[in-house]
Amino acid sequence: MSLPPLDSPQWHSSVRAFAWGLRSITATVLTLVLFATYLGIGALAHDTHFSMAWALAGTAFVWAGPAQIILISTLSSGASIVQAAIAVTVSAIRLFPMVVSVLPMMRMPKTRRRHLILVAHLIAVTLWVESFRFLPHVPRERRIAFVQGLGIGLVCVCLTATTIGYVLAASLSQTFAAAILMMTPLAFLFSTARNCRELADGVALVLGLLLFPIVAMLNTGADILISGVLAGSMAYGVHRWRAHA
Amino acid sequence: MSAFIGDWHALLILLVAGVIPNDIWRMLGLWFGGGIDEGSELLVWVRVVATAILAGVIAEILVRPPGALAGVSGWLRYASVAIGFVVFLISRRSTFAGVICGEIVMLVGQWWLG
Repeated sequence: MSLPPLDSPQWHSSVRAFAWGLRSITATVLTLVLFATYLGIGALAHDTHFSMAWALAGTAFVWAGPAQIILISTLSSGASIVQAAIAVTVSAIRLFPMVVSVLPMMRMPKTRRRHLILVAHLIAVTLWVESFRFLPHVPRERRIAFVQGLGIGLVCVCLTATTIGYVLAASLSQTFAAAILMMTPLAFLFSTARNCRELADGVALVLGLLLFPIVAMLNTGADILISGVLAGSMAYGVHRWRAHA
Repeated sequence: MSAFIGDWHALLILLVAGVIPNDIWRMLGLWFGGGIDEGSELLVWVRVVATAILAGVIAEILVRPPGALAGVSGWLRYASVAIGFVVFLISRRSTFAGVICGEIVMLVGQWWLG
């Protein structure tokens, strides 16, 4: 699929631009990765005894895979609401620079903040990456409508995947249910490894994997938070050391 | 219908521990986005800590697996991630190829043991 040229009459209406955004979900392999990830999230929610409405509301209103699995796994392993909220919010800080960097591509002199609220909510790693790829081919005055279409399309794909994963976990044989749950660690590990920008990101990923089982032996109830801050700070040390070397 | 919705208490927890602590950063980005340097040291630290927290979550699912995944032996879970990772690397970082191969290793392993 390729988008119409910038001067095409296709871009004259916002509704058309929204529809082009919606169609663009078929133009990226990340849609398949998201689908696999949300199959896993649906299955995880089922196996940790959350309701289907809870899982769907999480997909629509949290709309961040890492935050959703952190929330599900902390709450189901007996962490308090405050501990779960802290772990979620730390994982979500990365959304701040994404929103900050992508919105200038859509702003016009007459754009008001409220026009950008829905776009800001829809931004997560996939939409962030795809905005940089697609937006240069969309006229500036239609970019908000386009990104809304793309983002809402992706949310719908993920709502479908959440539902399918949830239902399959309830009805499949043990082996296939396990295979769907296995989607989550595989998809997150590889998509995070793909996004590593510098050595420190890779170090954070590896140390985070290795430190967690050790910290988990202490059974603090905040194991993920403790191992994450420790491993992340060590990785930051690597970043500083490389910057000075 | 009540099985679909579950209990309202859990939905309230979703709002307080999930939606608000997550979306607050998007809204802060919208409000204060103008004056932050994208390459600042604080944002680098935030980024690596967020990566390490996510790594911890991945490790937790592998080490203390939920539900049906607990029925798969530990070495098979680790082998499927390790082989998936090798495929991810040799396929020039294709997330999809890595996931598919990891899944195949787990399914074949279960069938073999099974």
